[in-house]
Amino acid sequence: MTTVTLQRRPLRRATRRRRGITSGVMVALTYAAAMVATLPLVLILFHVVKLGIGALSIDFFTKMPKPVGEVGGGLANGIVGTLELIAIAALVGLPVGIGAGLYLAEKKTTLLANSVRFLSDVLNGLPSIVMGIFAWQLLVKPIGHFSALAGGVALGAMMIPLVTRTTEEMIRVVPGSLREAALALGYPRWRTSLSVVLRTAMPGIVTGALVAVARIAGETAPLLFTAFGNQFWSTSPMQPIAALPLQIFTYAISPYDDWHALAWAGALVLILLVLLISIAARAATRARYGAAAD
Amino acid sequence: MVATPRARPIHTAELPGIPCLAAESLNAYFGEVHAVKDVSLALDEHRVTAIIGPSGCGKSTFLRCLNRMHETVPGARVTGKVSLDGHPVYGADANPAAVRRHIGMVFQRPTPFPTMSIRDNVAAGLAILGRDKPSRHETDQIVEDALRRAALWEEVKDRLKQSAVALSGGQQQRLCIARALATSPRVLLLDEPTASLDPASTQKVEELVYELRSSMTVGIVTHNMQQAARVSDRTAFMLQGELVEFAPTNTLFTAPRDPRTEAYITGRFG
Repeated sequence: MTTVTLQRRPLRRATRRRRGITSGVMVALTYAAAMVATLPLVLILFHVVKLGIGALSIDFFTKMPKPVGEVGGGLANGIVGTLELIAIAALVGLPVGIGAGLYLAEKKTTLLANSVRFLSDVLNGLPSIVMGIFAWQLLVKPIGHFSALAGGVALGAMMIPLVTRTTEEMIRVVPGSLREAALALGYPRWRTSLSVVLRTAMPGIVTGALVAVARIAGETAPLLFTAFGNQFWSTSPMQPIAALPLQIFTYAISPYDDWHALAWAGALVLILLVLLISIAARAATRARYGAAAD
Repeated sequence: MVATPRARPIHTAELPGIPCLAAESLNAYFGEVHAVKDVSLALDEHRVTAIIGPSGCGKSTFLRCLNRMHETVPGARVTGKVSLDGHPVYGADANPAAVRRHIGMVFQRPTPFPTMSIRDNVAAGLAILGRDKPSRHETDQIVEDALRRAALWEEVKDRLKQSAVALSGGQQQRLCIARALATSPRVLLLDEPTASLDPASTQKVEELVYELRSSMTVGIVTHNMQQAARVSDRTAFMLQGELVEFAPTNTLFTAPRDPRTEAYITGRFG
């Protein structure tokens, strides 16, 4: 019979000491890494709030930009423009992305599914300026001028791979038994996919969509030669349109101090917008698990 | 509805019956694996037919061939004939979804739809009927009726709009039975319906199955021989994909003809 020993094997004092030191050092290193990881965000937030809050006023949200030399004015057109671009991007990116994700989840291993999955990953890693060139070639050159539509399509194309992959992941975690239950009730396949599988995965897909929107909301490069920017009020999808990131860029490289202040305020608003979307995404995720729990 | 006192099934020697859902020389495959071998077996109208056998004997697969669920698994294949009231289930013009509307199924684990309320879960099979879809009022009536038959109405009548996942496992399983009953299928197939339930819930489901025979044909796959003895009129014993013996439940458990059946029911294997 073996004797049961519940005590730890006695160690030599030197070994214990060495292990203690190693442990302490490793904990300190990971702790430091965690701090450094959050440091950029904290610094950026601090800096942007400090410099931007001063120029933030009701006027900033309601007034048009003033010509150089005139005091005041806001970025109303840029804020509305960014929202419109996001809307166009969502119209392009969500149906295509969700549809493609549904396809990938249903046809897991066909050659086409594997190719789409791979290409979607490649597309995800594509530099955003390339998306701009793509949209320029597709919608600016043939039409002959810059437009909100072209900018929205460029952003939408960036959303597609993000939405595709999250949709696929979310659909895959829907238990196969639910699909079987629907089929056994006499649901046709298409109806099983739409009213049971997709619907069950919906909160997760909404989260994924919001994360994708937050990703593209601050993109500048794809807009440079598509939406182009606009100093005037325009909401027409066929005309160049102002966008916050573009205006931040223009104002930041200008030599005027009051424009610099507006650029900081614009940056602050953009960050708040993205933060808001991220919080909404978290709320959607919680709704999902909350529904399962109550 | 108050649970009626249990009566023993009456087993006559011959136990006459009208075949409702019949399989003839049925073979089922998973890729190269031959899971069900040449099984011919009929579920009689208004009778409960139990299928027993050790794990992996093909009893669930056989059941899933009857309502064309087997073919939803990639690589799965079926040969042979199945007929429902004489209509070929695997006929060239038979639609799997239509077949499954007449042959309901309940699975081992409860599968309520998590996005739907209790009421909508029960009405789920009605929602897809298109032109024949009952009105809202009719649907409410059917839902109540189905929940009463599944002995769940009293427990959920005040929270029909709540999520179905809030129910206990046993309640969820009875909800799934109610969902299957709501479309008034000809046949109800139960694939180990009590395997994940506690004894109290198991008893409720068994009582339910026992009562269902008055209105429909029931097929039940079970691991539990006592359960088969309690609820069924006829019992089929399957082993390694083959149908070994099929007889009135009383006869099969008291005077099995095949030595393999005897070995199984006396607990010598499986």
